[in-house]
Formats: sequence, structure tokens, C-alpha cells
Amino acid sequence: MTMNVSRRGFLKGTATAGAALFIGTTASGVLAAGQEDVVLNPFVKIDADGTVTVIIKHFEMGQGTTTGLTTLVAEELDASWDQIKTDFAPADANTYNNLFFGKLQGTGGSTAIANSFLQYRKAGATARELLVRAASQKWGVDESLIKVSNGVLSVGNRSAHFGKFVHLASTLKATPEPQLKTPDQFTLIGKMDLPRKDSSDKTNGSAIFAMDVKLPGMVYVAIKRAPRFGGTLSSFDISKAKEISGFIDAKPLPNKAGIAVYAENTWAAFQARNAVSAEWDFSAAENRSDKELINFHSNAAKEPAVHAWGIPREDAKALIEKSERVIEADFTFPFLSHSPMETLNCVIEPTTSGVRVHDGAQMPTMIQGNLAHLLGIKPEQVEVTTYYAGGSFGRRATAAADYQMEAAMAFDLLGRKVPVKLVWSREDDIRGGYYRPMYAHNVAIGIDGDGKVTGWNHGLAGKSILIGTPFEAFMVKDNVDETSVEGVKHSLYNIPNMSVGVTNIETPVPVLWWRSVGHTHTAYAMESMMDMLAYETGQDPVELRLSLLDKSDDKQKRMAGVIEAVRDAANWKTGDQRGFASHFSFNTYVAVVADISVDGDRVHVDKLHIAVDCGVAVNPDVIKAQMEGGSGFGLGHILRSEITLENGEVVQENFPDYEPLRMRDMPAVDVTIVQSADAPSGVGEPGVPPTGPAVANAIFAQTGKRITHLPLTKSGFEFV
Amino acid sequence: MQFQLNINGQERSVDVAADTPLLWVLRDELNLTGTKFGCGVASCGACTIHLNGTPVRSCQTTVEDAVGARVITIEGASDPVAKAVQQAWVEKDVVQCGFCQSGQIMSAVGLLSENANPSDEEIDDYMSGNACRCATYVRIKDAIKLAARKLEA
Repeated sequence: MTMNVSRRGFLKGTATAGAALFIGTTASGVLAAGQEDVVLNPFVKIDADGTVTVIIKHFEMGQGTTTGLTTLVAEELDASWDQIKTDFAPADANTYNNLFFGKLQGTGGSTAIANSFLQYRKAGATARELLVRAASQKWGVDESLIKVSNGVLSVGNRSAHFGKFVHLASTLKATPEPQLKTPDQFTLIGKMDLPRKDSSDKTNGSAIFAMDVKLPGMVYVAIKRAPRFGGTLSSFDISKAKEISGFIDAKPLPNKAGIAVYAENTWAAFQARNAVSAEWDFSAAENRSDKELINFHSNAAKEPAVHAWGIPREDAKALIEKSERVIEADFTFPFLSHSPMETLNCVIEPTTSGVRVHDGAQMPTMIQGNLAHLLGIKPEQVEVTTYYAGGSFGRRATAAADYQMEAAMAFDLLGRKVPVKLVWSREDDIRGGYYRPMYAHNVAIGIDGDGKVTGWNHGLAGKSILIGTPFEAFMVKDNVDETSVEGVKHSLYNIPNMSVGVTNIETPVPVLWWRSVGHTHTAYAMESMMDMLAYETGQDPVELRLSLLDKSDDKQKRMAGVIEAVRDAANWKTGDQRGFASHFSFNTYVAVVADISVDGDRVHVDKLHIAVDCGVAVNPDVIKAQMEGGSGFGLGHILRSEITLENGEVVQENFPDYEPLRMRDMPAVDVTIVQSADAPSGVGEPGVPPTGPAVANAIFAQTGKRITHLPLTKSGFEFV
Repeated sequence: MQFQLNINGQERSVDVAADTPLLWVLRDELNLTGTKFGCGVASCGACTIHLNGTPVRSCQTTVEDAVGARVITIEGASDPVAKAVQQAWVEKDVVQCGFCQSGQIMSAVGLLSENANPSDEEIDDYMSGNACRCATYVRIKDAIKLAARKLEA
């Protein structure tokens, strides 16, 4: 297989002979139509044979964006769902930017549908409007008489598919604001059984991931990295690697972080890389063990260095000390690896104008910026071809474009003449950093004689994800990284006298957003504390939460809505030995009831009942799938996952000691989607946060053991 | 070294080192990229193929082991069981990222070829060697049961 996809060629080649209609935006951002994709960088293309292609500006890591964005276009265009096709957009931050991220093309924060909802519908509506006008002119009938359904225009006994009108439609001028459907006119948005667009390709082996790209003359590269984070290369020896069949050469990376080992195929690259020996300088490296780091974090959470939210810490402390009763708890959360099934990889090849990167590209803009800087070219000279990504969970979106930069260095070291494919092994992935940061929380709640909260003092400690990145300017204020404290800060519960503080820990261990980011730990701490509060004050956990929500506030009302929905769906009764948790993240509300079985120290999670309110449910079955997958992802990691360090070296190597959730661990999942007319919000991440605490609260209900140090296996439980 | 292999019913010749895992022969030499690399240590099942009708991890099967055997990959999975499984996968919209699904399907075909009507527990046991980081397990199980019903009908 030889793949050679040019920036403009991504839409050509699939076209049949004849004209095509492209719907895109002009430089001033106005929707426009034409026959050439060059001017427009379109969102929709309609070929002369009637084939509709939706250009997907986000990447597909399994979250269902391809299906979602296609639904938005097909809905307004009245296209045939079975015939509509998809293509990933090239890198172009002016056209394909995430509308919530400014001029940045990227996927994250569960925003794909939310930011595209009107944009892609308008593109579909514009295409429909122009086709109808073209048909009206051709047939000599009034536009209002023309019906559109399933990719066919008709009037009376005359009908023809979209393709018959594309030539004329492409010469017409688009109106600035096309007429959009009202929700009662939707036939695809909200439809439960609309099939995913990527199911067939992904079940017959034909779906192409970046890992599957092979170019003529391509050289494979694996990298030997410093065994401790922050270590630098002192010397290396390749004599053993030379004995490996297929070995080509090895060169130190210019940043001294490792050695690029080149070979004729992936297997030889891995073998040769393992055969290279090296000496490292660890003077600036992380040399501590995770136990030292956890103690350090725990102490720092008790004395937060920065005030993040609410009343001053000393004031909250004074109120709590005067209270009738105090509940206090320390929580610790380990480093976690994302470990998507497709390990990190990409291909870089030279082009006549610069380079082309083949990647499951989560943030094309960051790839362009970083590679342009390294190679001394302009960002627009870095083309990006996006493929299906075999998972990400956040890992493919580093501000430094870490793995693409490794590939670019390796490409540069070979003289920029031949295509280079970088492949990470699973060991590289698990030991390679960019983890969910280790975190510690220290929480104290004061309670008065009536069981009411008098004060809530919440300290956190962990490494900031955003400080030191280009995102710092937007999301870090007065040393408070929003992603460190989100979920505690701005809690929807009406908690009086709350104080939140954080200590930003410094360590060379690189950290990164990991599916649901700060909520991965804040929801666990908050919802465990709520459960402790309910137990200590003799209240039902569900009723307690409802009592802390004021339904005259829209957000609190929606939170109460999912709590009541899951309470009813799961038939929750006071005194049940089940677990409950709820959490608001990415503008979406999720509540979970966990049913578990305990036999001694053996625990099995039997069923999760989940209610979600994510605004207008564009693809209900995708939402359901994301709740199943998100809760499974959350569950797997709280059960037994942790990345630990000995003298700074990662202990875990591969899946046998970083054990993923397995089929036998997976509970049944029942999902209730709460009907809503609000703007659509995220679904990829919000299923993760409340699952862990719901399970931990169930363990408490059945065993009396309150687990505050993750993973749960640390407390002597086994999951079977 | 030269090796003659029978892949998806076709005779193929490759020139690789004798200890090369079949996984990399399929992917890098024969461009059969539907079989995926996930861990390299038989711990995730993404590389599952059939060797003489039995599911094996191609990352632990050397090219030498495959000589003289019938190798079936996801691209060549076309017997009635495979067709039923793939159809059930599409009907249940099992996939998310999709990277593990070739391996999941090859294992599920193996299961249903041995056991036409597996219980939940038998599905758990047989399929627990196939990891899915997207946690599509609920639907994998549903799809296996649907495929079993399709084959029975």
C-alpha cells in the first residue's frame, strides 16, 4: 500500500467526473459556495453523482465526532444517511478551528459537538438552500414547492438527486444566515438508532490509523529515552544494535532526551533500540520514589500555597474548629497513564513546500507551530493529514507536540530526505510520562448540632498541567490552574463558608490532561466527602445532595434533575447498600448509582445506573456509548491502576502490570438520558468522574471501609 | 530468510529474520494492517489472528511457526461465523476508537466456532484476554449473543 495524500488532494480523487458543490467559509467567515475547494476549505462537498462528503474538523478517537458532525449536516441538508461520507479536514486553524479555542484547531474538553452545533448545521442548511434554488431555476417552479428528502429533490412527479444541481448551485450566492430547522422538524438529531459512520470500516480491518501508513522509502524509528524523567544523555553504545537484522543507524536527539534508532521495519527498530546501551546524567531528573512524592503532596495539601476560591482559609478553619463535629479526610491519587490502544506514532515526509505529518492528530495547530519552529519553516508549510486515532484520552494533545517533535527530530537528523515513521512500544507508552498528575486532597468539614455544614476547608496539591504551556495565558490566573481545582471550585452544591487552596507541585514528571482532567480526582474527593457527611449526619445520600441544590438556579436544577432521574431509574431506597455520586463537568450533569457484590475482600461491580443531561441529545446512542465507555474507563483506573516510581524510574512496564479493565470487570450499564432543550454539551469525559466515588461509596455501604487512597486495591480489596 | 506462508487462502513469500513475529510480517511486509499491535506481550489481544482455525496472538507467533499453517486475518475472515459476528458488531455499534476490534472479532469468532451458545461467564472467560481501553465490553458481549442467535436461526 502506498498512501500519498496531498493537502488539496484529500477531496479530489474521490470525485467523479464533473462539477462539485463545495460549501465553506470565505476569509471574512461568511458561508459561501463554489466549485473549487481551494478557496473555501469546505465543510461539505457534493459530487455530481450526488455523493455528499462532510469534512470533519475534529479528530475521531472513538468518541463519535465523525457520526456527530455528519448528523448535523445531514439533518439540515436532508441527505441520505447511508450514502453520506466523511473525510478528515487538513490543518487550517482559520477555517477548521475549534470555535471555543480561538484560532486553534483541536479536540478536547468534550467540546466537539458543542462548538460545531450551529456551524455544521448552517453548512448543511446552506447547501440545501442552494440546491433548492438551483432546482427551482432549472425546473421553473417556486422554491417553496420543492421537497428535499434522502438526498433527492422533487416537485410533482419530477425528482432528481443532489448531483444534478451541483453545477448550477455552485454558481449561486449563499445567504448570510440560512434558515435552520426547529427542533420539532428534526429527523436525525435525537434519533436513537442512527448507525455510526465508522462501524463497518472498524469491523473489517479497513479503517486506516496513522500506525498503518507506509510510504515508499520510509525508515522506522524507535527512541531510547532516559529511564528517569529529566535525565539527559551522556554516552551510548550501538555495537549490540548492529547485530540486529534491519538496523540502519542510531543518532542522539539534539535535546539529549534520547537516541533515535533507525531500522528497516518496526520489529527491527524495537529490537535494535533495546540493544542500545546508554549512560545518563540524572542531576536534573526526578530521582524520588512515588511514596516520597505522595507524602510530599499530602503535606502540601494541608498547607496550600495559593488561595483558589471562597473565603480565606484561616476564616474557614476558625469556623470549623468552633463546630460541634468535624469530618476530616486525606485523599491521594496516583499518576495514571492514558495508554490508548494505538501506541503513539506518526509519519513525517518531505514535500516540495515543507513537510507532511500523518497522524491521529488531536491538535493540528500545535503540531504545525512546534514543527515549524524546530525545522525553521512556516506553520503553513507543515501539512497535517489526520487518520482515525486508536484512542487518546487526552494523550495525543500535548502543547509541546511531544511525539510529533521526536519524529521531526529523527527526520531532521536523516537530512529531511526520507519519510520517517516513529513508533512507540507499549513500554514506551507506560513509562513515557505525560500522566494524569499525582494529587493529594485534605478536606475538613464543620457540622453544627442540626447536621448542617458550618464550613468546608479544601486543600489540594499536585503539578499544574497548564503552567509553562501556551494555555497558561488563558486558564491560569494568580497561580491557580483552573484544571487543578475544577470540580471543587464552583461546586454546584450550596456549601457555606467554603475555602479552596492549592499547592502547585514541581517535578520533572510530565503531566497532562487525562479524560476528564481535574475532575478525575476532584469528583472522587467531593463525592466521598458528601457520602461521609450523609453518613455522619444520618441523612440519605441522595436526599442530602438534593437538599444542597437550589432549583431556582438553572444549573443546580439540572443537577437535581439527573439525581432524581437516576434515583428513580435505579429505584433507590434509603438504607440501600449501594453507592451514589453525581458530578458536573464539561457543562454536563451526570449521576450514578453503583450496585456491587462483596465477598470478604473480593468485590465485583455488578451494575451502574447512570443519568445524564448533556443538553440536546444529538446522537443518543453515541451518548449512551460514551457513558458506558467513560464509566468503564473511570472504573478500571480506580480499581487497580497506578504508575509508581522507584528512584525516579517507572516500575510498570506493560499491560501485565498496568492492568486495563477487562471484560469480566465490566458491569452492566443502564443509561437514562434526561430530555433537554439546552445547547448540547460534552459527553466524552463526564461519565468518568462520578463512577469511581459511586463505587467507593458502595464499598463503604457494604463494608464500612472508607477508601481515600487510590487505587482501591491499596486497601486490600481484590476485584473479581 | 525466505518463508512461504498461506495467508487468507493465498500463498505469500516473505524475506525476514526467522524470529520475526507474524504480527510484523503481516503489517510491515504484507500490508495487512487490520491486525493491530497493542502490547507485544500477548496481554491485550489486538493482534489476534487464526492459525489453523484457532485464535492466537500474532505478536507471539513467529514467522517460522506460521509456515505450513492456514493463517486467517481480519481481512480474510469470511466464514459464516465471521460474517455473523461482523454483522452483529455493526448492528450493535460496538466500536469506538476501533483499534482493538479486529482482535476482539477474531477472538469472538473463535469462541462461537467452539461454543455456539456461550453463557455470560463463558464469554467473560474467553474474551478477557482482549483489552478495550474504550471499554466497549457491554456491547461486545451483546454483539456476541446477537451473533449466536443469528447463527442459530
